[in-house]
Amino acid sequence: MAQDSGTRTLISHAQLRRGRGRIIYWTLLTVVVVGFTLVFLGPLYWMVTGALKSGQEIAQTPPSLFPKDPQPQNYVDAWTNLDLAKLLFNTFYYAAGALLFQLVLDTTAAYALSKLRPAFGNVILGLMLATLMIPAMVLIVPQYVTVIDLPILHLNLLDSPFAIWLPAVANAFNIFLLKRFFDSIPEELMAAALVDGATPLRTLWSIILPMSRPILGVVSIFAVTAVWKDFLWPKLVMPSPETRTVSVGIYAFSGGTPMNIVIAASVIAAIPTVVVFLIFQRNIMSGLTAGSLKG
Amino acid sequence: MAITTVPRTRREPGRPASSGPAGPRRESLRRKVRDNLTGHGFLLGAVACFAFFSWYPMIRGVVMSFQRTRRGVTTWVGWDNYDRIIADPSFWTAWRNTFYFTVLALVLGYAVPFFVAILLNEFRHARGYLRILVYLPVMLPPASALFLFKFYAYDPSDAGLFNSILKALHLPTSQWMQSAGMTMPAMVIASTWMNMGGAVLIYLAALQNIPGELYEAAELDGAGIWRRIRNVTIPQTRLILGLLAMMQIVATMQFFIEPLILANGTGAEDSATSVAYLIYQHGFFQSDLNGAAALGVIMLVVLAGFSAVYVRLSTKQD
Repeated sequence: MAQDSGTRTLISHAQLRRGRGRIIYWTLLTVVVVGFTLVFLGPLYWMVTGALKSGQEIAQTPPSLFPKDPQPQNYVDAWTNLDLAKLLFNTFYYAAGALLFQLVLDTTAAYALSKLRPAFGNVILGLMLATLMIPAMVLIVPQYVTVIDLPILHLNLLDSPFAIWLPAVANAFNIFLLKRFFDSIPEELMAAALVDGATPLRTLWSIILPMSRPILGVVSIFAVTAVWKDFLWPKLVMPSPETRTVSVGIYAFSGGTPMNIVIAASVIAAIPTVVVFLIFQRNIMSGLTAGSLKG
Repeated sequence: MAITTVPRTRREPGRPASSGPAGPRRESLRRKVRDNLTGHGFLLGAVACFAFFSWYPMIRGVVMSFQRTRRGVTTWVGWDNYDRIIADPSFWTAWRNTFYFTVLALVLGYAVPFFVAILLNEFRHARGYLRILVYLPVMLPPASALFLFKFYAYDPSDAGLFNSILKALHLPTSQWMQSAGMTMPAMVIASTWMNMGGAVLIYLAALQNIPGELYEAAELDGAGIWRRIRNVTIPQTRLILGLLAMMQIVATMQFFIEPLILANGTGAEDSATSVAYLIYQHGFFQSDLNGAAALGVIMLVVLAGFSAVYVRLSTKQD
């Protein structure tokens, strides 16, 4: 990484390179690397291999480090018994739709607030940011009541993917991130496009969006993982077995299913987010810190 | 709606934009109206979503808490819902548990990530690897991670992950979720493991913004490592420390999925009930949506009180 070249931290580089400092540094580094691997990767290893053990082996003391007689059948059972293909598809469908709605509606909103600046734009932005102060649990009941009977339109969105997609758009944090990025795009570019006769939509599409790929990536990753990780909201608005998300589905089955199968299903449910993380970890980490600092 | 037609009907082809003395001004007004309409058009989708799913429910929640709906008939009942919710014995249990959880989670989930970040910031090697490790649990679906804790880590028999480690170290084993005294610490450990990655990464970014000269100067003045942390690191990251403390209090006070999954079927439901869990119970099991809304309003007031105290304290210090 580039940032560690030269910037001095708590302890100076020179001190870490010399004699005693060097020994302490390497000992501590080894301890931390081994310790962190055990603490953060260990449970995941236990989870993946535990699901491979037989019910008898999982109950034995002391537990075995490697499954003696691996039972891949547990994973197959989890896949078929819980109908994981269906659950994973549902979750993927909700995540993809939420991503699409957020990209279209939040981007255009942030663009309007940043560049078009219509009257009362700041009031609207303020009202949006105010929702960040309201804890999600406080809103869960009235939101649920709203979704069952949408005001004015009188629609019931229960079991409809829109019950996940549309509330996902009301994400002030994404709009804030996007707006701040758009703010950093020079005004001259907008003016130049205007002189060339480009419409606002055209300017957004051909000038702003191509320059905003990094932030769009960050917002996309957050949008997808948020839907994938969410539990209570999909549990409430997707009550029927056909429309459940994977986390809710596993929870619904957890009562009457052998625990190895539940764990195997949990492993399968976690694979997509872990893969997304390993591919995009750099974007995720930069986005996380970009959103929280400098604010 | 009447305004929208103004620019359209008046704009005839071939007619010069500035005709007569009022022309230029009218043209600029017309332009302003059009620009505003375009701007609001771009905002419309998001504003509608906020209106339906955030702004309206906020008001609806407060209104609902003073109403009662029985068999489709809604009546105003004053403070009845609040009285009923507060009279419920589990109300006080839930608040006690929630405060206990929040305090424990602050001790563990607030201090630990800060020191982990300070440590990680000193390393010149394996930085990427350590960051990925810390953040990995954040990416797991919470339900998956909690089943891992419930079935494997907190298995009360000696075959459980934690118990076998404790046993190998010749320490007393625990019943975890099945012993009343351990339910809260067990939930906090699981919750911290799942969530600390985000805080660590935010602290790391804040630490990297501290100018190196400050440490240099402190060292020249003979300050040891601990003094440097106290007099340079903490003051320099105070803003982000305060912000994260606030965010963490608000987030942990809403803990819900931990009691739902970990305590379910262990007989420890009572010592694990949280306020958020009670909202869920009232709203969706006892079909008392009005009572649940009242509880939500109480929760909002308490959390807003915390925020107010925090703002007061942080502005006083300056």
